[in-house]
This record gives sequence, C-alpha cells and structure tokens, in this order.
Amino acid sequence: MDSIVKVEGLRKVYGSTIAVDEVSFEVGECEIFGMVGPNGAGKTTTIECLEGLRKPDAGKVLVMGVDPQHESQILRERTGIQLQQSNLPDRMKVWEALDLYASFYPKSADWKELLSQLGLEEKRNAPFSKLSGGQKQRLFVALALLPDPQLVFLDELTTGLDPQARHAIWELVRDVRAKGKTVILTTHFMEEAERLCDRVAILDHGRIVALDTPAALIHNLKAEERVIFNLDGGLSAALEKALSGAGRVEVQGQQVTVHGKNGRKVPLVSEVVSLLTQDGVPFHDLRTEQPNLEDVFLSLTGREMRE
Amino acid sequence: MKSLLKMTWMEAKLFMREPVSAFFTLVFPLIYLFLFGIISGNEPTPQFGGQRTIDASIPGLTAVIICITGLMAINMTMSTYREKGVLRRLRTTPVSPLVVLVAQVIVVFVMTALGMLLLVAVGTLIYHVRFEGNAFSVLGGFVLSSLSFFALGFILASTMPTARSAWIVGMVLMYPMMFLSGAFFTVEIMPAAIRKVSALMPLTYVVNLLRGLWNGEPWGAHLLDVGVLAVMLVVGIIVSAKTFRWE
Repeated sequence: MDSIVKVEGLRKVYGSTIAVDEVSFEVGECEIFGMVGPNGAGKTTTIECLEGLRKPDAGKVLVMGVDPQHESQILRERTGIQLQQSNLPDRMKVWEALDLYASFYPKSADWKELLSQLGLEEKRNAPFSKLSGGQKQRLFVALALLPDPQLVFLDELTTGLDPQARHAIWELVRDVRAKGKTVILTTHFMEEAERLCDRVAILDHGRIVALDTPAALIHNLKAEERVIFNLDGGLSAALEKALSGAGRVEVQGQQVTVHGKNGRKVPLVSEVVSLLTQDGVPFHDLRTEQPNLEDVFLSLTGREMRE
Repeated sequence: MKSLLKMTWMEAKLFMREPVSAFFTLVFPLIYLFLFGIISGNEPTPQFGGQRTIDASIPGLTAVIICITGLMAINMTMSTYREKGVLRRLRTTPVSPLVVLVAQVIVVFVMTALGMLLLVAVGTLIYHVRFEGNAFSVLGGFVLSSLSFFALGFILASTMPTARSAWIVGMVLMYPMMFLSGAFFTVEIMPAAIRKVSALMPLTYVVNLLRGLWNGEPWGAHLLDVGVLAVMLVVGIIVSAKTFRWE
C-alpha cells in the first residue's frame, strides 16, 4: 500500500499549550482514515497541519509527496477540504457558491451532480444565511468534493446533521473512496468512525493513544460482552448462583445483565440461554451487547469531561 | 482569470443585495444633492467664487461617496469576511488572495463611479450644473482619490482585531472627515482652528482635488493634494500587502 500522507513526530504548540506532540502516522491510498478524540485532543490541529493551514513547530509532514507548507498550491488544487469552522457570505446563494468555487479549480467536478447527491437541489436558490446547520454542512461537503480531489479532508463532517443526512454522507464518503480517493476525517461519533473508517487513530492530549482498524481496536480491548434479559418473577437465588458461573451478574428491577469476559470457549449467550432454559423460568427481551469503539474510546481516554 | 471574473460578478451581486451599502453609495448622495438644491437655490455664492452651491456640491458629494465606500464598504466586507471565516474557506482553494482583493476593488470602484455618475446625471438634468473642467482630468482625480481611500479601508480591515472594531474606527474616522473636509460645507468660512484640523484629514485633499479639477483648474495647482493621496495609496498597498491575513 502506497502512502499518500506521512507524518513523523508532528508537534504544534500554542503559547504554553502543547496541542499536538510526537504524532506519527501514515495514510494509505484509497483509505478512509479517521481521527477521534475528546475536545481539544489535537484532531483539528493535526488535520490543519496536513492541509497546510497551520505550520508545525516540529516534525515532518508529507502530503501527496510534498510539504504542505512549501508547495501548498499543488495541494490546494488536488485536495478537497471541509473545515470545522468557516462561512460563506450571508447573501450568497447555494448554486452561486458552487459555481464560484468550481471556477477556482483547473478540473472541477460537475457541481450540479453534487447538488443532487447531497440533496441540496431544492435549496439551489437559497441564500447561505437561510440554510439550516445540516444544509450548510452538506454544502461544505459539496465544496470539498468540488475539485474532484485525490485526497479529501473532512473535519467534523456530520456534526449537526440528522440521521438521514448522516447516512447519506457516509454513503457519499464510501463512493468517494470507491473512486480511488483517500479520505481523512475527524469525528465525535464513535459509531461513525466504526462504520466508516478503515483505520482509526484515537488522540488524547495531543498524542495518538491507539491506531488500528476498528475491529482490532475493539478486539484488543478484551472488553466484556454483555447478555441482557428481563424476568417477570425476579431472579431466584439458585439461578443467580448458576449465572454467576458464566459472568458477573447485575440486577436492576426485572432486568438482569450478565457481563462475560472476551475470549471464551462457549459464547456467553449460549451459556446464559441454556441456564435459563434448564431453570425453566420465562424470560423475554433477551439481547447481547458487543463492546464497541465507544468502549475502547472511554477506556483509553477516561470518562471525565473535557474543557 | 476565469475565477477573477466570477468572483467580481459575485461580489457585485452581493453588493447590490446589501441594502445599506447600495443606499449609501447610490441614494444617500442624491438626497443631499436635492437638499442643496432646495436650500441654496440657484443663486451664485461668493464662497465658491461666484459658483452656485449646487455646482460645487457635485465634487464634494463625490468625495463623500469615496469616503463611504472606502471606510465602510471595503472595510466592512473585508473585516466581516475575515471574522466569519469566508476568507478561511477561500484559503483552502487555489485562488490567490490578490483575486479576492482585486475583485473587491473593481466592484466597489464601479459602484463608487456609478454613485458619481448618478450625481452628475441628476445634477445636469434638474439643476443644469455647470462643468468647466476636463472630463479625463476629473476621471483621473476620481481614480486616484478612490484607490487611496480603498487602501485606507483595506488597512483598517486587516489591522483591526474584529469586524466590530473595524466598523467603529471606520465611523470615528468617517464622520468628522465628512463634515470638516469641506465635502458638505466650505471650510474657508470656518474658524482657523477647524481649518487646521481639516488639513489633517485625507478627505480634505480629495475635496480640494476634485473641486479644482471640476472647475477646470490645472493639475499643477493641486500638487499637494495629489502628493498626499499618492503617498496614502502607496503606503496603503504596502501595509495591506504586509498585514493581509486570511483569518
């Protein structure tokens, strides 16, 4: 796999705050690479150093073979960028923005097509200030895809979007990758990172604390899987004892949760169901919960609030 | 080139959609022209060397337009674009900052010229304003005055920390200049102290230059005005180039 982005020992300091420290990673061509982390973890600073918008204090950054600080013009033409914070003039209409930005690129994508892909056709003549947060976000994604770029940066791409729009944008990002392009994104949504990204870097306090495929990150956590069910009559002492052989038991009213360890021979759910069947007690609403990226994230970055 | 054309056209549309700037550039000076017409009538006044107030008011009001477009239109557009992240968004594209600035200058210049043209047209049709100068000279003085005031607007926009402070400083500079530069009233009839203040104001040089050229005086009689405005323009270009910030 050829890498399109190479970062080595990246460091960026604002005054006395170290925003990014010793960050190194590579992104392969045709990859969807995600960065997640609490607020202030350094995601945006990192992505903006790659985009050439910020100058690193130390470290090496190569994007498509060039240094974004020195050959930014090449990158401007061949990358698409969606910024976390930016705006258009209030009275600029949606179509005018696309038409104007299309004129900046030597070979731009067809903006009319993007307009329909992002469901903005009805808003074609709406001024920017009259768009909802989600519509603005979609317009910015459209602007990022306008240069028909080899590499797309999406900073907080689905923040403020409703579930429909979020799924539509995920589809769009997968399409972009299917066309042989690379996507680097940051997100707050673990589900988004898990479902969309090939590899995820978890950042905290300006450092990468984990970097792997979502599946491997979850697997390495060795987190508990959970089986949850409801019992109308409550849990008998005998059954509780039998279940605790399978894992830690937690009772909350009628709801019983069994926490099992990963890497068992018999799946936790089979063991629990067979114990319940042997006991003959009527149970319902039984479901299992697998550990997910959110568990990984919380176990690595802690639960205390940031900022 | 394609992007400059598109950007210029876009900025022109945005200018016309902004009621405040279109009003101050195109309508507001006309209101004053009518006011002068009503108040002073058509009698010659000794203050203007036998000219009628209305004749002298056209170059004066043109100076007012130049002051408004430089200190308000350019200043506000650029500082708001910076504060809101419009420039930041542009920075991610291959477009050069020069395209952004040049498009802005073209649009505001055309609007300023349109404002003056309206004054001249209405003045000629309704008040039969007399014009004794050379049209090309007046145009030359107009270009120099406009560009040097635009430069002032760009400096404000890039040196003030927020759009709000740029607006306030623009206002603080604009109002005294409009009243003490002779754009509305002749300074000659004012006390000596005010005349001294007036000499410190860039707009005074615009008023003197435009009024002189309008009356057919030679450029040679206005070397000081031309010098002051040219220095402002050059300094403005250098300072705005040095202080230009995308964000």
